[in-house]
Amino acid sequence: MQSVTLGWMDYSIMLIYVGAVLGIGQALRKYMKSSSDFFLSGRSIPAWVTGLAFISANLGALELVGMAASGAKYGMMTCHFYWIGAILAMTFLSVFMMPFYYGSKARSVPEYLNMRFDGRVRCLNSITFAVMTVFASGISMNALAKLLQSLLGWDYHLSLWICSGVVLLYVLKGGLTSAIYTEVLQFFMIVLGFSPVVYLGLKEVGGWSVLKEKLAGVATNPASIGVGDKAFLPDAWTGAWSPMLKGASANPMGVDLFAMVFGLGFVLAFGYWCTNFLVVQRAMAAKDMSAARRTPLIGAIPKMLIPALVILPGMIAAGLAFSGKDDYRLPPKVIAESAYVNVVAAVKHVAATGVTGEAAVQEIAKAAGLKMMSGKVDAIIKASPNLSDADISARVQNAVAENDYDGVILSLIKRYCPTGLLGLALTALLASFMSGMAGNVTAFNTIWTYDLYQAYLAKGKSDAHYMWMGKAATVAGILISIGCAYFAAMYNNAMDVIQLVFGFVNAPLFATFLLGMFWKRITATGAFWGLLLGTTTSAVFHALTLATGNAPGVKGGYLGVVQSFPSEMAQNFWLASFAFLACLLLTTVLSLATKQNKTDAELTGLVYSLTPRIPQADEAWYMRPGVQALALLGVCLVLNIIFW
Amino acid sequence: MTLDICWPIGIMFSLVGAMLAIFGWVTKASGEMYKRSLDININLWWGLFLLAFGVLMLLSAYKNAQKAKSK
Repeated sequence: MQSVTLGWMDYSIMLIYVGAVLGIGQALRKYMKSSSDFFLSGRSIPAWVTGLAFISANLGALELVGMAASGAKYGMMTCHFYWIGAILAMTFLSVFMMPFYYGSKARSVPEYLNMRFDGRVRCLNSITFAVMTVFASGISMNALAKLLQSLLGWDYHLSLWICSGVVLLYVLKGGLTSAIYTEVLQFFMIVLGFSPVVYLGLKEVGGWSVLKEKLAGVATNPASIGVGDKAFLPDAWTGAWSPMLKGASANPMGVDLFAMVFGLGFVLAFGYWCTNFLVVQRAMAAKDMSAARRTPLIGAIPKMLIPALVILPGMIAAGLAFSGKDDYRLPPKVIAESAYVNVVAAVKHVAATGVTGEAAVQEIAKAAGLKMMSGKVDAIIKASPNLSDADISARVQNAVAENDYDGVILSLIKRYCPTGLLGLALTALLASFMSGMAGNVTAFNTIWTYDLYQAYLAKGKSDAHYMWMGKAATVAGILISIGCAYFAAMYNNAMDVIQLVFGFVNAPLFATFLLGMFWKRITATGAFWGLLLGTTTSAVFHALTLATGNAPGVKGGYLGVVQSFPSEMAQNFWLASFAFLACLLLTTVLSLATKQNKTDAELTGLVYSLTPRIPQADEAWYMRPGVQALALLGVCLVLNIIFW
Repeated sequence: MTLDICWPIGIMFSLVGAMLAIFGWVTKASGEMYKRSLDININLWWGLFLLAFGVLMLLSAYKNAQKAKSK
């Protein structure tokens, strides 16, 4: 990755941001009087703040980088991660599920499971969730330190420890409120830091209509910018639905309608937005029931529009690369440091022996370990006698044909930001990494203290003791995260493995919730074994399926390939659908086979049919969550039709 | 009652906005620097916008504090 040099102005903006988050922590310190203040923000935060934190907790830096990457690789269809992959689930959470979470006075998602079922389900959920949060924050901190290292030349270890240290300081002082406030700050940083970049990109490309023309060119000739060999219809990069309706083979994502709508839109989206404590905790911190129910609805408004900030840049990059203006190209994959010697030797060997054409390109590509563009390689070979070794290395790097999609967003920031704005954009990125860690750590310390420590290890201690434990868990959570960051740095496919495990765990969980909240016949035994076996079944499904082009192993298929999918994404969506249905079926059958030990009175407030409706008379009709949810769905529908 | 989040947001963006705008004003003669932002002095204009946003946040924080006091 090409490095950039920051001016004093850029550093000043970064320092102001760090000062602001530490100042927030300091200012909140005097409000942290009880464990409820520390873990639940004393249930005192207004809805617009929890609403922005609700989506901001999910808008981590890996999300920003990944969405721009998908925007370049797959185009408009990426928006479904926001539209059908979030909005419907968020309105469902508000209208149907929030009354149980907030009304039951549960302090966490596992605690709700304990009330509705029993300690086994709670234990299973809190352990898997705690492990997931520290890994998620470790992965993200590893990515941050790597980025600072390659982009700014900072020391990897120093960056990792300093950034973690800042997070530790403000979470220790202000607890969940600190995390929520910095998430809101991060939200504004990202919106205000990225908007000028998107504006300048769109302006240079020539506006939306010209961008659409360029992307039609990309769709009919993807090889021209190295995003694939297979040609599609002209609207493949600019339509959200039309390329998908023609089947998995007609769109670059390789996903069909069922996998998208049921797999992503229903199972994965509902599993994430309705049951993941990281986001649900934000709504639980709201000041009253009405604010708690409004949290996901307020979050849904910016959520619908964020694709313009995170996916559009990727599409702009693809359009710019297609027009080839000022030699812009999607950033190439970087040749490993250790391979440079071989690459230079290969170029010299080829030039000396007079090997030409495809054979020469092959030899250099083999030395670099990446595919090469033959035209550029020919030019390098011709010029090589007059070039220094460093020049040869630089030119060969530029001739790499494989794209590093994760570098797309940075390539645009570097292209458009003069010093000053550069500091703002990079600080926005830094902010989203750090608040991602803070979000995970605050979820971790709550689950550890309430659902594992208080429930199983030390019952009936004083409130001050649990608050002390929460602070100790914060320190431990950050240290474990740093350990996970080193782990992710050591093993290249650590991230693949972990994301895979997330998939196994998240998808079946929503079936447990759906059944538990809406059917009083579901028993604790049924829920526990259904969840456990559902997760296992999805691991088996993964071991028996593979996406075309992948070798059996981490990506699946290690027990033999029974079914293959056109893309990894399709495999994930089908896996989620399968895991959900398996858990649904098993939980139902096992519940019907076992006796319900809880009485109707015990389940009041936990199950839909046994809970009295919330009186809505004191609210104007247009303030009711149901009405607002319908209005939001209407707006979302219009967006989908405009970008059909 | 806890800390009103409009204060930190307002203070931070007013500061960053003012700094960017002044920086943009001082460097406005250096055309070379703003070539990459398509010959727009993006620091000056975006700095002013951030400053306006920050001041708006500070005003709303001030108003909230007054309201809380009168209660």
